[in-house]
Amino acid sequence: MGNPSLISIENLRFERDDTTVVSCDQLHVNVGEILQIEGPNGSGKTTLLRLLTTAIQPQEGTILYCGKSIAECRFEYLSDILFIGHQSAVKLTLTAEENLAWMAESELSSAASLRALESLGLAGYSDIPCYKLSAGQQRRVALARLLLSDARLWYLDEPFTAIDRDGVKLLERCMEDHVSSGGAVVVSTHQDLDVQDVRHYSVLGESLLRAYS
Amino acid sequence: MRKYTSDGFYAYLRRDLLQSHRRLGEAASPLIFFVMASTLVPLGITPDPASLAEIASGIIWVFALLATMLSVGGLFAGDYQDGSLEQLLISPQVLVMPVLGKVTAHWLITGLPLTLVSPLLGLMLFLPEAGYLPMTASLALGTACLSLLGAVGAALTVSLQKGGMLLALIVMPLYMPVIIFGAATVQYGIDGLAWTAPLAILGAMLAAAIALCPLAIASVLRLTSIN
Repeated sequence: MGNPSLISIENLRFERDDTTVVSCDQLHVNVGEILQIEGPNGSGKTTLLRLLTTAIQPQEGTILYCGKSIAECRFEYLSDILFIGHQSAVKLTLTAEENLAWMAESELSSAASLRALESLGLAGYSDIPCYKLSAGQQRRVALARLLLSDARLWYLDEPFTAIDRDGVKLLERCMEDHVSSGGAVVVSTHQDLDVQDVRHYSVLGESLLRAYS
Repeated sequence: MRKYTSDGFYAYLRRDLLQSHRRLGEAASPLIFFVMASTLVPLGITPDPASLAEIASGIIWVFALLATMLSVGGLFAGDYQDGSLEQLLISPQVLVMPVLGKVTAHWLITGLPLTLVSPLLGLMLFLPEAGYLPMTASLALGTACLSLLGAVGAALTVSLQKGGMLLALIVMPLYMPVIIFGAATVQYGIDGLAWTAPLAILGAMLAAAIALCPLAIASVLRLTSIN
């Protein structure tokens, strides 16, 4: 099959209350690629990402993972993705380290999670309940999962919300490291990414985008 | 190496227990409700020992049921709001085990303390001596049933802002068989009959609930996330 795309979407459509929320004829995500999903508010970026994570099911169309439908290889696919959404899934009563422990997909050594928290600038905050952390710090706790996961595909929905400038840079480096080691990133954000080789995809389609500009 | 299915059970059991440990006040409210509501009965109906002894088993069972029902509503609400339910739904592991872990945590936090404190209430309500053992045994099995059945209702109402009343309406009919055989166990004990018979039926109900409820909860949770 040559070098099939990690993810290929074909004629994907998702409707809610008779309105088409997502309509995506063709989209490929290749290994070693950062794909930025763009579009105005309400254009279906989050819905597209949720379709990709199988949290919701499309009415039409297929998503192929390494050439196989994701319904066929559900376990392999879900084992290979990491999704960080608007809601960060951080439990506020638990400490940063405990949060990482329950979210981890495998047994996690304390040293590994401390290292991850440290590289996200949370050294010294690992044993404090997360409700005492700021919004940006809570976000960083969620993002620390990126460093601990061995998933090849990252789906990040507005990962920069509440993150400061240094944090954004840090996250961009993380994404670059990830794609250079054979992963792929799909990220929805309004910010311009300062990374090499980012490919853009507009959820509105080209004709509408032209009408906007 | 990905988590085995049993790890999903323990991960969620541990997490929910830890969360309750951090919010002990909140975790203790069902127990306090149980004790306070039962205290109202001698105040409101009669302080006469003979009359109280007759209704004690029923009162304790009804309030144990209500305490469980009030606390079970929040079982998935927090996870739904902070996005961890979605993370659970898109994880490769079998959904049933984490769900069972959460329900087990709920029972350990509410059902077990209710069971342990019930002899004290029995004392206050002049429960005849022969009723204590059947009461604790039936509550231990029965509250586990109540947690499992209640969790189905909690899953159904998880996406509603104010699902409390609807939850009660959904769950109450399911609770009826449990309270019938639970209260019967205590009454049989008091009357000197073979109380292990209704207790065995309660045990059978629990076995069926352990097998079936997590499946129902898992599929309901998948449904609620569709939008």
